[in-house]
Amino acid sequence: MIGIIDYGSGNVQAIATIYKNLNIDYQVISDKSDLKKADKLILPGVGAFDATMQQLIDSGLRDELSDLVINKKVPILGICVGLQVMGFGSDEGDLPGLGWIQGRVKKFNINKIESKPKLPHMGWNTIKDIQNHSLFKGIDNQFGFYFVHSFYFECEKEQNILTTSNYGGEFTSSIYDNHIFGTQFHPEKSHGNGVQLLKNFAELELC
Amino acid sequence: MLRSRIIPCLLVHNKGLVKTVNFKEPKYVGDPINAVKIFNEKEVDELIVLDIDATKENRGPNIEMIKNLADECRMPFCYGGGITTVEQAIKIINLGAEKVALSYSALNNINLCQEIGAITGNQSVVVVLDVKKKKLFGGYDIYTHNGTKKSKWKLDDLVAKLEEIGIGEIVINSIDNDGTMQGYDTALVENIRKKCSMPITVLGGAGTLDDIKKLISKFKIIGAAAGSLFVFKGKYRAVLISYPNLQERTPLY
Repeated sequence: MIGIIDYGSGNVQAIATIYKNLNIDYQVISDKSDLKKADKLILPGVGAFDATMQQLIDSGLRDELSDLVINKKVPILGICVGLQVMGFGSDEGDLPGLGWIQGRVKKFNINKIESKPKLPHMGWNTIKDIQNHSLFKGIDNQFGFYFVHSFYFECEKEQNILTTSNYGGEFTSSIYDNHIFGTQFHPEKSHGNGVQLLKNFAELELC
Repeated sequence: MLRSRIIPCLLVHNKGLVKTVNFKEPKYVGDPINAVKIFNEKEVDELIVLDIDATKENRGPNIEMIKNLADECRMPFCYGGGITTVEQAIKIINLGAEKVALSYSALNNINLCQEIGAITGNQSVVVVLDVKKKKLFGGYDIYTHNGTKKSKWKLDDLVAKLEEIGIGEIVINSIDNDGTMQGYDTALVENIRKKCSMPITVLGGAGTLDDIKKLISKFKIIGAAAGSLFVFKGKYRAVLISYPNLQERTPLY
């Protein structure tokens, strides 16, 4: 079962609708005790970094979630700010992140973005597949995905970069470390590509 | 590379979809959910749905309708109409809309944009400016309540203020060009583009894909929204929901 974590941030319903239409077993989880029932987890996220981190703390889910992901190696997919909280912290806020993947969240340098608009980076952008990972099996890289953000994740280790995209320079658009995944874009709002990626995540065989 | 967005804009009136000309003569064009299903199939870049009755009738947003639409949308979805409180905006975002569009309530109380943005993130806050050319002396006035009430805000001042407080996007809607299918008012867009660096979506006047192409080639990254173009076909304005497929729209970006 895919557990979609509902802690008051992100587009839980859109993800649930996609799994429902795919006939893939899922559950929207807002209670700590339900987290361990899931074979895989999805951590959505929309909004400011600190607000999202605080919601995760206030929901009482954070520690159980970290235990499941780090000690029990439960696969997880973070989306947008759900990816950003996986690092050590963000230029956008003061709270520490979950520290699952080595890296920090930085603001786009608007001096490098030549034309207007500057920020947010909003709309459909292409991706460059770095790892050829099975999470991106059957994805049309040129059709790409829907993005809306002003901050991006900067990995300390190149090996954690799954895909990159370009906005005033190349930036990391998805990350992974073994069973931990994160996409800066919104698969739940990215038509066929997004459905394919969520299906791939459900079907991933990880050890 | 980031692409411009080509965005159908749907108007809700008496629970059905309509299309207007100069904000008047609403013509019924179909059922909202059915239209979303078609636009899912066409893989549209984004969708804007505006309830044009809500503010005029002095009522809040129709939450049930928004929930049904958001559940169905596989693309980013922006809802506008009747939002006057932070709670309503958050409720709508939590139902699965990416963005909330404000018009009268933002013009009446600009702080509302910041209050919503503090919780949802600024990227989710959209302000729609319905503008009309002044009869004399040039320039534009801003209207609310479906083009029936003139706002005290001067266009330039308002754009500067929105840039200062930081919102996700402005939608510039030309009342003069609405439904005419004679092309966008690019002079209007140029003036606003010069004065701000936030994302802009332009609405009002698109009659052909060439109008969209011209807009994008002039402004590079922009939202090109249209109503009539995506709901009517032919000179007799037969109702037919359409949207260019990827092959047809690739040359437009």
